[in-house]
Amino acid sequence: MIIIQLFLTFAKIGLFAFGGGYAILPLIEKEVVYGTHWLTHSEFLNVVTISQLTPGPIAINAATFVGYKEGGIPGAIFSTLGVCLPSMILVLIVIRFLKKFETNEVVNRVIKGLRPAVIALIASAAYSIISGGGISDIKGAGIAIISFLLIRTKKIDPILVLILSGVSGIVLYML
Amino acid sequence: MTDKDSSRLKLLLSLFSVFFKIGAFTWGGGYAMLPLIKNEVVEKKRWISSDDFIDGIAVSQSLPGAIAVNTATFVGHKICGKLGSLVATAGAVLPSVITIIIVAMFFLQFKDLKVVQSFFRGANPAIAALILSSVLDLGKSALKNRQDIIISIGLLLLLIYFDIHPILAIIISAILGIILKR
Repeated sequence: MIIIQLFLTFAKIGLFAFGGGYAILPLIEKEVVYGTHWLTHSEFLNVVTISQLTPGPIAINAATFVGYKEGGIPGAIFSTLGVCLPSMILVLIVIRFLKKFETNEVVNRVIKGLRPAVIALIASAAYSIISGGGISDIKGAGIAIISFLLIRTKKIDPILVLILSGVSGIVLYML
Repeated sequence: MTDKDSSRLKLLLSLFSVFFKIGAFTWGGGYAMLPLIKNEVVEKKRWISSDDFIDGIAVSQSLPGAIAVNTATFVGHKICGKLGSLVATAGAVLPSVITIIIVAMFFLQFKDLKVVQSFFRGANPAIAALILSSVLDLGKSALKNRQDIIISIGLLLLLIYFDIHPILAIIISAILGIILKR
């Protein structure tokens, strides 16, 4: 049953989705592109772009998109439930032991210990996009460099940068 | 329905609509949502104190999962117990679920059009730039010493060249966090 498979795969992603945002991308890619082949690598990139252009966290957006593609509206609902449930359950457990949790030495060491992994995961997400054909030619390289400079030096809103890049894509590749 | 029931129902509806609004208007998720949530639940509605909210953020950040979902679960529980958690989280998540389903319908129908493909071909390099930029921002604040930097580079090499599963990278760094001196 595809619905159960979607639910379980996204529950696994939800359970290990530390660091939020881009840090979750390698995990989603591993499961959804290489594990189950629900998306090709280029479709995965499209989903990342779509989820940046729409409201909501990447993990939720990816779960809904993949779920819808593979199992229609029920698929979308169960994938999203799957990705949310592990953390909801963990939050409800931790609330009961809040003071103990916050002062626990092992918990604090694990949280601090995860920081280097979060950075490594985000960097590997960037590597995977570049090496996987996200920058396909000299025009793409130009867009990447200009976008990077706009974000770093002009502090332009990432959403605006994405829309401008997409429109540049239409101009550069269609005309 | 008693007065108590109807006031509880009102509270749940209000909880849902506040988190729905937050879910609908924050792009990028995560940290962008926190000031909005604080403004609504601490300042406007006065559902929880600023200290409780800070506790909530600390818990949300240290557990897996989207920060928005975790914070909604935490705040919902403070206000209305487990049912509150469910209602707040559903509110936070529904706007993006609805949006993505609509976008996916169109995307799956029109993805082979040249104009759609060209748009994404242009946007993909920008995504790479965005992610690289966040490596720089987060790296500066998260990697505090040489040990962290070495672990981070080691894990990156394992992820790229040995293709280890991201879950394994997380487990390795958690174990190193426990055993290494700081």
